[in-house]
Amino acid sequence: MHPFAYVAPSTVAEAVAVLNEHGDRARPLAGGTDLLVKARANVWELDAVVDIKNIPELMTLSVNGDGLSIGAGVPCYQVYDNSDVAAEYPGIIDGASIIGGIQIQSRAGLGGNLCNASPSGDGIPSLIAYSAVAKIASTSGTREVAVEDFCTGPSRTVLEAGELLVSIEVPKPAANSGAAYTRFIPRNEMDIAVAGVGVFVQLDDSGQNFVSARIALASVGPTPILASAAGDSLAGKPVNDETIAAASSLAKEAATPITDMRGTIDQRKQLVEVLTGRMINQAVERARG
Amino acid sequence: MTTNSPSKVHVTTTINGQQHELLVPGYMSLLDTLRELIGLTGTKEGCLDGNCGACTVTVDGRIVDSCLVLGAEVNGKTVETIEGMATPEGLHPLQQAFLEEAALQCGICTPGFLVAAKGLLDNEPSPSEGRIRHWLAGNLCRCTGYDKIVRAVQKASS
Repeated sequence: MHPFAYVAPSTVAEAVAVLNEHGDRARPLAGGTDLLVKARANVWELDAVVDIKNIPELMTLSVNGDGLSIGAGVPCYQVYDNSDVAAEYPGIIDGASIIGGIQIQSRAGLGGNLCNASPSGDGIPSLIAYSAVAKIASTSGTREVAVEDFCTGPSRTVLEAGELLVSIEVPKPAANSGAAYTRFIPRNEMDIAVAGVGVFVQLDDSGQNFVSARIALASVGPTPILASAAGDSLAGKPVNDETIAAASSLAKEAATPITDMRGTIDQRKQLVEVLTGRMINQAVERARG
Repeated sequence: MTTNSPSKVHVTTTINGQQHELLVPGYMSLLDTLRELIGLTGTKEGCLDGNCGACTVTVDGRIVDSCLVLGAEVNGKTVETIEGMATPEGLHPLQQAFLEEAALQCGICTPGFLVAAKGLLDNEPSPSEGRIRHWLAGNLCRCTGYDKIVRAVQKASS
């Protein structure tokens, strides 16, 4: 591992100044569960790591009338241990509680999961389904990017050298809405998704019709995928087996997987169809309360 | 920064109840800090990438893989390792249960399992078998298998 300096600033301004100075030879350190693995494997050769955990706004998890704000360094366990998040954002809990084992969840968070930009990142599909936005800072100011546009390829994101993810902002879900995420893995835990599907639905007051839906896929393309056609197909339609099957079929069409050690193209496409149906049903169940 | 020997970080930390002041290279893992700077070699190195849990310790009461934590990060924090489990009066109930249930063979994974299991029982004194298995999913054993380990944790539960 290339020897690097450890810097622990207490403000965003100090952090982005260090990141800006070092360009791609510095990285923010949140949980370190991807960073230290990559540094040790010499995937990244770093001169400095910038520990963001002393910056209060990056460690803040808040739920209020506007929505949910997840600081970039907030670890998974704080997300799933928060009863307000569990009550209002169950799809996010579904993802946060299956990333790694307990040791990993003590450190790893959704911010790091997003910045690591693995196609299989279990935290990402629900963020997309909930229409979350990434808040980014640099020495020249701040900007916001929709989470579905954040990852640009395996381990690649819209973040430019010197930019820092500050938080993920999740809008407050509409009334009569629900969400769910699941993945297929051959084990019970501690594995990487063969395929994953996150769904958000909003129903009308009767609970019998979809108002809108968003469906996002993991591990079936170079990035997590927003399957727009699949979600849009449900808008205004009744909740029944036919409409759900049609959306599941469209989600399958949006998947562009590869064959590798974890699964084949055909298996992954089939999984997307099956898991989408299950997650729409689960999101509907949650929306009906 | 262009230097190949970045400066060391001054760290004050409490390990197993004892305060330590250390100068830690910025890139040194907590695992290496414990083993090489402090001489606490009970914590084992396994996979070095967060899969096996052999290096499990607690930081401020939460179990972590010490190979994926930097020594510099525990400044101001409280660390507990396997060396802190037994007291002069005797073994921790989990250690005693591991002995009685023969929940180990080669022993490399054992410190990690014990620290992880203590992390569970300290907060949930009577977990179900399913909860124990889920909690210990981040710890791998390559000899004994898991049944004896789970039985030992159940035995130490109240």
